[in-house]
Amino acid sequence: MIGGLFIYNHKGEVLISRVYRDDIGRNAVDAFRVNVIHARQQVRSPVTNFARTSFFHVKRSNIWLAAVTKQNVNAAMVFEFLYKMCDVMTAYFSKISEENIKNNFVLIYELLDEILDFGYPQNSETGALKTFITQQGIKSQHHTKEEQSQITSQVTGQIGWRREGIKYRRNELFLDVLESVNLLMSPQGQVLSAHVSGRVVMKSYLSGMPECKFGMNDKIVIDKQGKGGTTDDSGKSELGGSGKQSIAIDDCTFHQCVRLSKFDSERSISFIPPDGEYELMRYRTTKDIILPFRVIPLVREVGRTKLEVKVVIKSNFKPSLLAQKIEVRIPTPLNTSGVQVICMKGKAKYKASENAIVWKIKRMAGMKESQISAEIELLPTNDKKKWARPPISMNFEVPFAPSGLKVRYLKVFEPKLNYSDHDVIKWVRYIGRSGIYETRC
Amino acid sequence: MPAVSKGDGMRGLAVFISDIRNCKSKEAEIKRINKELANIRSKFKGDKALDGYSKKKYVCKLLFIFLLGHDIDFGHMEAVNLLSSNKYTEKQIGYLFISVLVNSNSELIRLINNAIKNDLSSRNPTFMCLALHCIANVGSREMAEAFAGEIPRILVAGDTMDSVKQSAALCLLRLYKTSPDLVLMGEWTSRVVHLLNDQHMGVVTAAISLITCLSQKNPDEFKTCVSLAVSRLSRIVSSASTDLQDYTYYFVPAPWLSCKLLRLLQCYPPPEDGAVKGRLVECLETILNKAQEPPKSKKVQHSNAKNAILFEAISLIIHYDSEPNLLVRACNQLGQFLQHRETNLRYLALESMCTLASSEFSHEAVKTHIETVINALKTERDVSVRQRAADLLYAMCDRSNAKQIVAEMLSYLETADYSIREEMVLKVAILAEKYAVDYSWYVDTILNLIRIAGDYVSEEVWYRVIQIVINRDDVQGYAAKTVFEALQAPACHENMVKVGGYILGEFGNLIAGDPRSSPLVQFNLLHSKFHLCSVPTRALLLSAYIKFINLFPETKSTIQEVLRSDSQIRNSDVELQQRAVEYLKLSSIASTDVLATVLEEMPPFPERESSILAKLKKKKGPGAVSVNELEEGKREGGELNGGGERGGDSSSTPSPSADLLGLRAGPPVTAAAPSAGSLLVDVFSEAGVNDDGFLSEFSRFVCKNNGVLFENQLLQIGIKSEYRQNLGRMYLFYGNKTSVQFVTFTTTLNVQAKPVEPLIEGGAQVQQVINIECLTDFSDAPLLNIKFRYGGALQNLTLKLPVTINKFFQPTEMASHDFFQRWKQLSLPQQEAQKIFKANHAMDTEVLKAKLLGLGMALLENVDPNPENFVCAGVIQTKAQQVGSLLRLEPNAQAQMYRLTVRSSKDTVSKRLCELLAEQF
Repeated sequence: MIGGLFIYNHKGEVLISRVYRDDIGRNAVDAFRVNVIHARQQVRSPVTNFARTSFFHVKRSNIWLAAVTKQNVNAAMVFEFLYKMCDVMTAYFSKISEENIKNNFVLIYELLDEILDFGYPQNSETGALKTFITQQGIKSQHHTKEEQSQITSQVTGQIGWRREGIKYRRNELFLDVLESVNLLMSPQGQVLSAHVSGRVVMKSYLSGMPECKFGMNDKIVIDKQGKGGTTDDSGKSELGGSGKQSIAIDDCTFHQCVRLSKFDSERSISFIPPDGEYELMRYRTTKDIILPFRVIPLVREVGRTKLEVKVVIKSNFKPSLLAQKIEVRIPTPLNTSGVQVICMKGKAKYKASENAIVWKIKRMAGMKESQISAEIELLPTNDKKKWARPPISMNFEVPFAPSGLKVRYLKVFEPKLNYSDHDVIKWVRYIGRSGIYETRC
Repeated sequence: MPAVSKGDGMRGLAVFISDIRNCKSKEAEIKRINKELANIRSKFKGDKALDGYSKKKYVCKLLFIFLLGHDIDFGHMEAVNLLSSNKYTEKQIGYLFISVLVNSNSELIRLINNAIKNDLSSRNPTFMCLALHCIANVGSREMAEAFAGEIPRILVAGDTMDSVKQSAALCLLRLYKTSPDLVLMGEWTSRVVHLLNDQHMGVVTAAISLITCLSQKNPDEFKTCVSLAVSRLSRIVSSASTDLQDYTYYFVPAPWLSCKLLRLLQCYPPPEDGAVKGRLVECLETILNKAQEPPKSKKVQHSNAKNAILFEAISLIIHYDSEPNLLVRACNQLGQFLQHRETNLRYLALESMCTLASSEFSHEAVKTHIETVINALKTERDVSVRQRAADLLYAMCDRSNAKQIVAEMLSYLETADYSIREEMVLKVAILAEKYAVDYSWYVDTILNLIRIAGDYVSEEVWYRVIQIVINRDDVQGYAAKTVFEALQAPACHENMVKVGGYILGEFGNLIAGDPRSSPLVQFNLLHSKFHLCSVPTRALLLSAYIKFINLFPETKSTIQEVLRSDSQIRNSDVELQQRAVEYLKLSSIASTDVLATVLEEMPPFPERESSILAKLKKKKGPGAVSVNELEEGKREGGELNGGGERGGDSSSTPSPSADLLGLRAGPPVTAAAPSAGSLLVDVFSEAGVNDDGFLSEFSRFVCKNNGVLFENQLLQIGIKSEYRQNLGRMYLFYGNKTSVQFVTFTTTLNVQAKPVEPLIEGGAQVQQVINIECLTDFSDAPLLNIKFRYGGALQNLTLKLPVTINKFFQPTEMASHDFFQRWKQLSLPQQEAQKIFKANHAMDTEVLKAKLLGLGMALLENVDPNPENFVCAGVIQTKAQQVGSLLRLEPNAQAQMYRLTVRSSKDTVSKRLCELLAEQF
């Protein structure tokens, strides 16, 4: 289990140090600083071992979070915890920065006491935490005596993530499908590897203890229902309309509120949602991915001192949709001495500090194409090493899910209170972003 | 000029460096560097020519980036351009870049060399110095090739500035170190030597480093430097501290130069010219005198400089080793340092004294400091100083103070640092052995050693005790008693158990008279340790038990009980099991006579080099052995076989006959009996071993199965054979006595043999097994041909294998009348062979008996009416037939003659046996 948790600034000064177990001494703090933060070579591995002590770290801007243990812990669990910790901190004081951490010392120590007990992760649900850990900015709206007295039973109870007696005038819920698409493509346009990792984030403002049921076009679920018999025809025709039958999800994880037993037996996702924002599920797909952009590179070496680069990007989605924040990064050789760029659309610039040409386009509709051409002058070197030709990478944001995931329904039942599924206002939004989206040239 | 107005500040560089320093993260730093690199690239690429200043600035930036750990793959050309600039700063940066960044296989090397050449031939001394520094900094072979011819000219040219000469001398030294073959002094030699007379002290200091290095390679060419060095030294030493101005360091005149001069003189023997020598002695005396003077300054630099000269002077005195007066004075001076409060001085004093102790002149003087050194050993805080103190004690030890020193070292051992314990143990063991007058003292010392530091006592040490105890009758009783007492301690070290087991097994009878150490008590004591010991020790103890059965028949039943127990006879370890089974059988079947013969007391060991000394030498490496040890080593002709063979032995021959101490390879018992007064300063006995002597070797094996068959400087061949009926098995051990491996080692036998490994490592031993079957009787021994490569030379050896017909004898016991009946039956003339011959050896009845027994026949007692005569009977087993043989040997003491009669059922056998035996007596 986690023996201790340290937070450092970029210089390696300790901002927060919380030790949960006696086997972690003060020297562990220095060991991490010396061997990781101040290491000569950049330490790439997020897990490092020194003197039989394991350090798991994540970095948020300039802040290092390191969990330390002497035991053989589940590394995935530790990282999950660290990410959760980041989420919690973000929820409390927005950006994780040195100044914010320094301003919230007391709060952070209080949080650390709550979410880790003797190194074992506890309830890290922001919503629940906010009910009993309150600091200046965060004030619980309802602070009646009886509610405070209920905290213990609620936190230790069966549904620890939701209070009883929540009331909204407007029952509303927001559903975001956030995906990031990763790609590696050969210069000839062959997909070498591609996958989508997605999250379904839900923001719920519902009264009482509602029972929700979430449906999507997952292949297994569809097949299961298909076998059910009665809804067969209607289901098929409906899906046929959406163009795509169903998607194959490689793996997925759920928020703790989802009843896993029910998912295992009936493949239905049913749950009592926490109040406010949370991540309902996370998934990954590798099949039938819609690649929103195609990059066609053309690199020509003209003699030893000149390089001509031409890059065409094609958008590959419905013309009615608009992609945003498009950025194409074309790496340049290390001995570049001058660059001339011509592009029809957007703005392009040679960034010497990053050894790349960065081409930015604000908006681009589907089924369009755009092109950039650059002339790169090179300085002759006595190094015989050939330029490694790193891949061209791309960033973008599109308003659909590249995995093809569709939300089919989200039903809300609250038998005790008098509002029904129809009364709830539901919002669904799809956002597809680029992860590592690269094309070799 | 604009460059001058901008100055040398290079603001751009300063800004860049401060930007880098202000970067908050590695990423930011890399970004900044990338940006700068792109900027520099575009600047260098730009069509308009850069002025010298910006070129210098950008090259400087590149250098800085390179030193931060990033690759720089351009800008070399610009740096080379800077070399041809006329401004010092630009040239300097250019050279700096070149010496840091340019690797030898660069294409630019030709341009660079050209620029350097230009600078060397310019008259500007600063440019020349820059060029020389660059050559020395790069110091590659290419540089040496290009400039090795030029630099000596600059060095000795009359019009070269002093500062350039200094640089040239050091540059040449550097080139000489990288590629000595390219730097040929030849014609310049005498002029370089005369640089020692140069006015400028700096030039002398630089030149002397060069001369020292050169004269180490070819001392003869530079011989003339000795007298020059002496006169220079005397001028410095006799000068007042103010004379040398810049070269006086804290009131010491030219300390570095003095040290270097003294060191140079250490390359040569004492000067033969009396005047020069007188002057040198005078200098050394002055230096020693100065050490006595009160310090002119309290500063540590003053004393450091003074002592540096003093220590160099002392090493020179030791190196000459011819001036008793100086040696004693040096020793006294060092004696003062022994109690100095500076740890470093104490260390150096001890170290120098170690070498002083080996000189015959100063040995006595060193000995006067024994108390101080012992005190240092006890109280010194620094372990390295203690180590030196121990070394010195070892070096100063001789017969007069051995007891004291050994006692001190032993008592120190109890608290000694773990890192030096093993060495201390070896040293104590060697000193105790080397200077032992009284062997009971030796035994006491070594047993104490085992008690105190058992873990660090190596095999060799306790082997040696046993060798000495066995070879010396006078200590055996004492040793047995001491060991017995030592074993009574509740916890004793395993090595102690080994020594105890061995000695009690051999000499337990000497103390059995005392009821407190009666046989059974002895046995019980040993057996109480048995279960705590490792397998080899247990095996040794089992051997000791069977010896007990022989020594004390009353313990037989107890010991048999022990041997019979499941833990022995069914032991999972084969060695133990085999020993238990065989000993049990031996004790129950064999008659007391047989037992007595088999379990006879071990014969004395041949004297040979103390294996401990060999071990210490190995541990320290050849360089660290003190002089007298080295001499011993030479006398022994590098005979290091002791340890190696022993190792081979215990692993390759699991024979139960107590073959623990490498006896096998020893010469025969009769030879090399240690002369009573001989000290244990080990001289290897070369008894009966010579190159052409293998014929006589062969005859020795008629009555013996084991021993050394052949030995020369390279190779030793040991033999060990067993025969049963008509079958035999012979183990040949090829021991490489050199430190070089033998390759393509092959042996061919005119009969079939298993191949032997083709490689014998230096000092190692390989074993070859030959199975022999006697088909019919024979008279010619098989020939063994050995070929191998030692170094490059092919060595070829042909040896007769000592396989003779008598090896296949089966002894036959018979009564008197049986014998004579058979004797008569074999009365045909061709069945008898008779020989009358002169005795070659003394007529000792016991020796004769032993030889006849070794022959393989049964020696029949009370058969012949004349008790002087010997009769034997046996049957030779061949595959074809069995040949009964009878033998009668009649010695005539007055005439020193023998008459030997052999009768057998086959005439050839009689003849052959007669021939074989005639050579034996």
